[in-house]
Amino acid sequence: MMEYDIVIIGAGPAGLGAAVEAYEKGVKDILIIERDSYPGGILQQCIHNGFGLIEFKEELTGPEYAERFIEKVNEYGIKIMLNTMVLNISSEKIVKAVNQEKGVMEIKAKAIILAMGCRERPRGAISIPGTRPAGIFTAGTAQRYVNMEGYMPGKEIVILGSGDIGLIMARRFTLEGAIVKAVVELMPYSSGLTRNIVQCLDDFGIPLLLSHTVIEIHGKDRVKGVTIAQVDANRKPILRTAKYISCDTLILSVGLIPENELSKSAGVLLDPVTGGPIVNESMETNIEGIFACGNVLQVHDLVDNVTKESRIAADSAVKYIKGLLKQEGKFINAKAGSGIRYVVPQIVNYDNIDDKVKFHMRPIDVFKNAYISVKSGGREIMRRKMQRMTPGEMILIEIKKDKFLDNDLHPVDDITFEVEVV
Amino acid sequence: MEKRELTCIVCPNGCQLVVEVEGKEIVSITGYECKRGLKYAEDEILAPKRTLTTTVKAEGGHLPLVSVRTKEPIPKELLNKAVLELSMITVKPPIKVGDVIVKNILNTGVDVIATRALYAE
Ligand SMILES: Cc1cc2nc3c(=O)[nH]c(=O)nc-3n(C[C@H](O)[C@H](O)[C@H](O)COP(=O)(O)OP(=O)(O)OC[C@H]3O[C@@H](n4cnc5c(N)ncnc54)[C@H](O)[C@@H]3O)c2cc1C
Ligand code: SF4
Repeated sequence: MMEYDIVIIGAGPAGLGAAVEAYEKGVKDILIIERDSYPGGILQQCIHNGFGLIEFKEELTGPEYAERFIEKVNEYGIKIMLNTMVLNISSEKIVKAVNQEKGVMEIKAKAIILAMGCRERPRGAISIPGTRPAGIFTAGTAQRYVNMEGYMPGKEIVILGSGDIGLIMARRFTLEGAIVKAVVELMPYSSGLTRNIVQCLDDFGIPLLLSHTVIEIHGKDRVKGVTIAQVDANRKPILRTAKYISCDTLILSVGLIPENELSKSAGVLLDPVTGGPIVNESMETNIEGIFACGNVLQVHDLVDNVTKESRIAADSAVKYIKGLLKQEGKFINAKAGSGIRYVVPQIVNYDNIDDKVKFHMRPIDVFKNAYISVKSGGREIMRRKMQRMTPGEMILIEIKKDKFLDNDLHPVDDITFEVEVV
Repeated sequence: MEKRELTCIVCPNGCQLVVEVEGKEIVSITGYECKRGLKYAEDEILAPKRTLTTTVKAEGGHLPLVSVRTKEPIPKELLNKAVLELSMITVKPPIKVGDVIVKNILNTGVDVIATRALYAE
């Protein structure tokens, strides 16, 4: 059986970033396994700019951002096994994978870093009535066709969902000569970044219809049109507002789900809200020595945050291999309180905190002039003013080690993050 | 005096900017959190610019397309024309990230560079 210190699954920015960091921290026996024929993950198809402002202080496109890490991986001679699909991981950290050359193989790892990214929610996940014609694509699939494979999905397009991928594809289709008739969003706000609404929709005069949804898809062999309608406060369609839009293509941009089939095979416990593993401050899952980072852990809107997370996972994997990561200690639960949808990490081992812990979270709604208040047993341990919060933008809150102590200087049992509107 | 509200698109913060304009002169700009936002607001009022990202056709490489971008933002009204110009050309491997694909596109003084590598098939 092949053996490695660290096996990383997925060569997207999370996997590549983790490999570079682990190497630089002194563990050199690393294997990255990737099912695609080229590293870079989803960034390969994200040819628009806006990546890397935090990481490199430059505005790069997705492939350029990925290339910076690929160069480092090559320079360090870290091994990437491409065209190889991981089939299964056991809780004993044995990875089963398959490729054309070697067939099925088993690889034993001292530590595993899960970096499999996420997948798109398909049509089935949102239950639109109507026929099943050709011409319905998820936004990411369309992005791969247009940006990497050179196919245009259609000429007259309606996009359902206003997350960043949907917005970016609206601009891309328009530049490639298609007519984007509308972007239709169920919620009263877009889940995409404001800068993308400005430069992808407003710049090209593409209408954004908030509080609207598609209630029927027309066409037998190919999409001929869709019926859209406004929705009420309970997100039920208001039928008298129904309107027909002719189009040959419907693009679905209705959310991403962490890709965790493999994690489950290893017995990794998942958070029902994020869809990713439950992790501690070290990005370690409930299975000792298995770590997670990137979109497999929680769906990120900025790749720079993926890179930061990959560093924590890699640092922890290195510590684990060196026997420096404490498995016992004083555990603190981090909880999402009112106004907050989820918090990652969900658990903190006080004894493993170096200096501070960085928490990621998303609000459940749009809030203006509000505070994030961190409480423990009714006592406020931290408060941060937020100009504007939206579910489309992840919030990062850092908490210093000493804040986790109560008045008697004992670590607290749990902390809760809440939104307070002033 | 005219008041124009803009959203800064330079970074993900998306600051809301307010620009007061008198005829063709900018009187005041508020709401930015950093200097890049100030520059963006000036450009956006006087001569809006965007970075163009698109693809060009490739022959004999490992992919049928190579992604490209303008090295600097170009005038917004030239975006469609630039895409049209780029749709006429075909590149061949080897191409490295950063290679110049078109020099001085539409006389803007801005080069178009490759954003991904292309290998011979
Ligand atoms: C369609 C789409 C478009 C996006 N567009 C943007 C954008 O424009 N801007 C932005 O900032 N973010 C965007 N994102 C978010 C983006 O995913 C993250 O910024 C970042 O790429 C996540 O990195 P990652 O390494 O976690 O995942 P990924 O980049 O998805 O990488 C995961 C890798 O794991 C591999 N893998 C998965 N399962 C296996 C297996 N069983 N065996 C072997 N390999 C496996 C995959 O092939 C893939 O290469 C987009 C996401 C999607 C899905
Ligand atoms: S003003 Fe500065 S901080 Fe605000 S969005 Fe623009 S670049 Fe970002």
